[in-house]
Formats: sequence, C-alpha cells, structure tokens
Amino acid sequence: MKTVLSALLAGLLFGAGLTVSTMTDPLRVLAFLDIFGQWDPTLAFVMGGALCVYLPAYQFIIKPRNQTLLNSAFHIPQKSRADARLVAGAILFGIGWGLAGICPGPALTNLTGDTQTILYFVLPMLAGLKLSDKWL
Amino acid sequence: MNTALFGQAFIGGLLIGTGAMVLMLFNGRIAGISGITASTLGKPARQHLWRYAFITGLVLAPFITAPLGFGLPVPLPGDAILLAVAGVLVGIGTRLGSGCTSGHGICGLGRLSVRSLIATITFMVTAILTVLVLRLFS
Repeated sequence: MKTVLSALLAGLLFGAGLTVSTMTDPLRVLAFLDIFGQWDPTLAFVMGGALCVYLPAYQFIIKPRNQTLLNSAFHIPQKSRADARLVAGAILFGIGWGLAGICPGPALTNLTGDTQTILYFVLPMLAGLKLSDKWL
Repeated sequence: MNTALFGQAFIGGLLIGTGAMVLMLFNGRIAGISGITASTLGKPARQHLWRYAFITGLVLAPFITAPLGFGLPVPLPGDAILLAVAGVLVGIGTRLGSGCTSGHGICGLGRLSVRSLIATITFMVTAILTVLVLRLFS
C-alpha cells in the first residue's frame, strides 16, 4: 500500500512539474529544439532544475543506501556501455520527438487536456512500445 | 527573448526531479516513463500496482496545477497523421533505446551514466536536426 501511495505521489509531482514547466506544450518544445531558428532556451531550465534535485539526491542519499526507505531493493540498470541498439533507439525517438514536440511523459499528462488530439499520438506510441517489445 | 518563463521552467524542473527522487527513494525505481508505461501493457498484475499508481498521478496532476494557474495547452497543434507517425517512432525508439527524456535525460544523467549521456546527446541532436529539416521543407 505504501509503495502505491509513494508512486502516486511521485507521479503527481512529476506530472505537475511537466505542466508547470510547460514541457506539455509541443510548440514550446519545438521552439527549444529549433536552435538554428528562433531558439527558445526556456526548457533547458527544466532539465537543469530536475538535475539540481535528482543528481545530488542520487549521489548523496540514494547511492550510499542499501535499501529504499520502505526497506525494498533498488532496481538500478546495470548496463554501462552504449551499444548500437541504444543509439538506434535514441535516433528513432529523436526523430519522433522532433516531428511532434511530444515525449512520453508530456504525452500522458496531456491526456486530460485536448484528449482527442493527444490520443492521435498516445495510441500509436503504445503500439510502438508493444511492437518493439515483441519484435525487436 | 522571453525570459519570464525561465523561473517557471526551473520550478517545474525541481518538481520533476523531486518526483523522480521520491520514486527512487521509496520504490527503488527509475522514473522512466516509456519503460514504466511499456511494462503495464501486458496482463494486469499485482507487481505493476506501483506503475499504475505512478501513471495515474502523471495523468491526474493537471487537476492540481490548473487551479494554481498552470493548465494544459488546449487545443494541441498538429495533424493526426504527423502525430501518429511521431507516436510510433517515439514508442519504438524509446523501447529499443531503453529510455526517453526522463529515464536517460534526468535519471540516467543524475546517476552519471555514460550510456544515458550518449542516449541523451543522440536523441537531442536527432530532434534538433529533425526540426531543422522540417523547417527547410515547410
């Protein structure tokens, strides 16, 4: 039960951050990616702000611990080397992100806004996640 | 340049980082949206309860921020075909590449993971080039 509540709280904080920071606005994301045009650097502050919390929290609070605050194990990815799969995936993701200005988090947080339009993106995204798991 | 939103973007970033920190501190999990979402697409299972809860929070968050003056962009731009193509690419790409902006860009960089740094640089550069190419042809 506690793990469900903490995950719910984490999701609420994350979604609130996406909304407050305007990461949920595709036009703003595209303006951030348009560095050769009318570049809008605003969204650099989103990643900056997130790392201001997560980097020290991870390095100084989480890393020294053996267990979570609820006495369960940490699930940390063990792979450290980049491979062709990683780079190919990142390229496909980058093309999709550049086309629409939407990445997975903001896609889900937008579901309660302009629901119909975001579903044009979210349903194919879910299909892509599923296809990738099945065939690649 | 409109600098008015820098502070708002930074505060939003702090909230995102705090959410990711809570998920790691209490659940021991990386806040990678693509990975969490993909794992819930199979049969419903008890082990996914925290994932359902996280996604529920992500989806419902605007109901908390909207009364404070931070709402969602409505209507969203873009035509159906373009969004669908982009959606498929984002789905396949984030799964193949084991993460997206959140899992690699925030959690991975926060862990100082070289793999995530390479992934983040790759999708950032690709997205920037995609926007550039689109602009040249539109």
